[in-house]
Amino acid sequence: MVWVNSIPKPPNLAEIGFYIFVKGLPRTLILTVLGLLGGFVIGLSLAIMRVYGGKELNWLASGYEKLFRGIPILVLIFVFAIYLTNLYEICIGDTCFGIEPQYRPLFGVFLALALRSGAYQSQIFRGALLSVNPGQEEAARALGMSRFQALRTILLPQALRLAVPSWSNEYAVVIKDSSFALTVGIVEMTNAALQISSNFVELWAVSIGVVAILYFLLTYPITRLFGERQTKKLKELGMGGG
Amino acid sequence: MGKPVLRIVDVWKSYGELEVLKGVSFELMEQEVKVIFGPSGSGKSTLLRCINMLDPPDQGEVYLSEQNLMEPGINLNIMRANIGMVFQHFNLFAHLRAINNVSIGLRRVKGVSKEEARSKALKALNQVKMAEWADHYPAQLSGGQQQRIGIARALVMEPDVILFDEPTSALDPELIGEVLQVMLELAKTGTTMIVVTHEMGFAGAVASEMLFLGNGVIIERGTPQHFFASPKSDRVKTFLKQLDILYGSHKGLLKLSKEEEDK
Repeated sequence: MVWVNSIPKPPNLAEIGFYIFVKGLPRTLILTVLGLLGGFVIGLSLAIMRVYGGKELNWLASGYEKLFRGIPILVLIFVFAIYLTNLYEICIGDTCFGIEPQYRPLFGVFLALALRSGAYQSQIFRGALLSVNPGQEEAARALGMSRFQALRTILLPQALRLAVPSWSNEYAVVIKDSSFALTVGIVEMTNAALQISSNFVELWAVSIGVVAILYFLLTYPITRLFGERQTKKLKELGMGGG
Repeated sequence: MGKPVLRIVDVWKSYGELEVLKGVSFELMEQEVKVIFGPSGSGKSTLLRCINMLDPPDQGEVYLSEQNLMEPGINLNIMRANIGMVFQHFNLFAHLRAINNVSIGLRRVKGVSKEEARSKALKALNQVKMAEWADHYPAQLSGGQQQRIGIARALVMEPDVILFDEPTSALDPELIGEVLQVMLELAKTGTTMIVVTHEMGFAGAVASEMLFLGNGVIIERGTPQHFFASPKSDRVKTFLKQLDILYGSHKGLLKLSKEEEDK
């Protein structure tokens, strides 16, 4: 809590916001961006398995979805950021490589967010792939494209566009869930606000209020931009239903 | 005329209990235009999908330039690139501009360079009189314009034959003409085509043979003159009469070709 003690006098509103931003925002953003990207890779792979894979792959992917959608994010964070942290280093003889000890909780939270978001993103991409008009694949195959070529050049580009509105919603979920990182001692925005409020008890309500507004400012404009604008754009392209 | 481009031998196809095609055979020579017509559910679209193996037949043989497509181990993707297809609902790639809709087959399937594909695509768009719409997305275009791009997309691959699956039946009446006009010009420049359509004016103008399909078999076949003057079976007579009531006289639609000749 060194940095909090260095704040000299009871800070004003702007200063509280400034400290939360400077101290907390980097970790919040790292966790959100990496969690979403990891979830993207996992989710897209699972969705392709579910739509194009055989029975076994489909079973595997839907099992994964059920598992990670059924466990609270807090439990996942405890598992990956506390219990399993020893696994993040592999030693062969005397040489060890892996995540530095001080970054292991961060890496664990990233894993928890990515694995869980992957389960939700799988559903998003699966829905998007299924809502591409079947005539599109037919036309691609009729041109002489293989199934894989049709998927890569025609179906995926359309499915990814169709997924943008739901995906921006997933961003809003992950950025807010990244606040659970405070439970394993990571100083992200919520933790920064809590530390300020415990140092200046009379500012408790103010600092919690400021961090709430900051989260709102980080989510609403983006979900609006990607959600509504993309929906309009998709309509103009005549893609997807409704 | 030489060897047939396409030879269909005793093709059968069923979906579960439903037998859609029950032994269809015909040959298609180079530069020939064959029109297939008949009531809905008679297997017209299924026949086309059997020819390009989007839905392989259960039984029978399909030869493209003497190559049997039913042979196991054959690379159907390569064969399909030689069979153009124009769809009833256009099926243009919604996320691509017109020009890219036309060039993507060249680039991805035939491995043509970007510049060459673009210039070929522009040429094809020009042929269907859509060059000035090259940078539009499909949804910004009318049905007739979309279908003409669909034709250009098939044309640009320089296929041995182009299959048209009811190309005008999803169009507003006033847009049908522009699409038929393009198809007419293609037919006259020697494109080998199989056209599933109820546009008897078009059939009368360019078809070398017409096949009447009913209940999965060819009930009657002959020249347009044969069908318009003296069809044999009652099925065909009733059907043509119904078409007449629905779309007006085929003689009226035939003007399309006469206008062509006047030019």
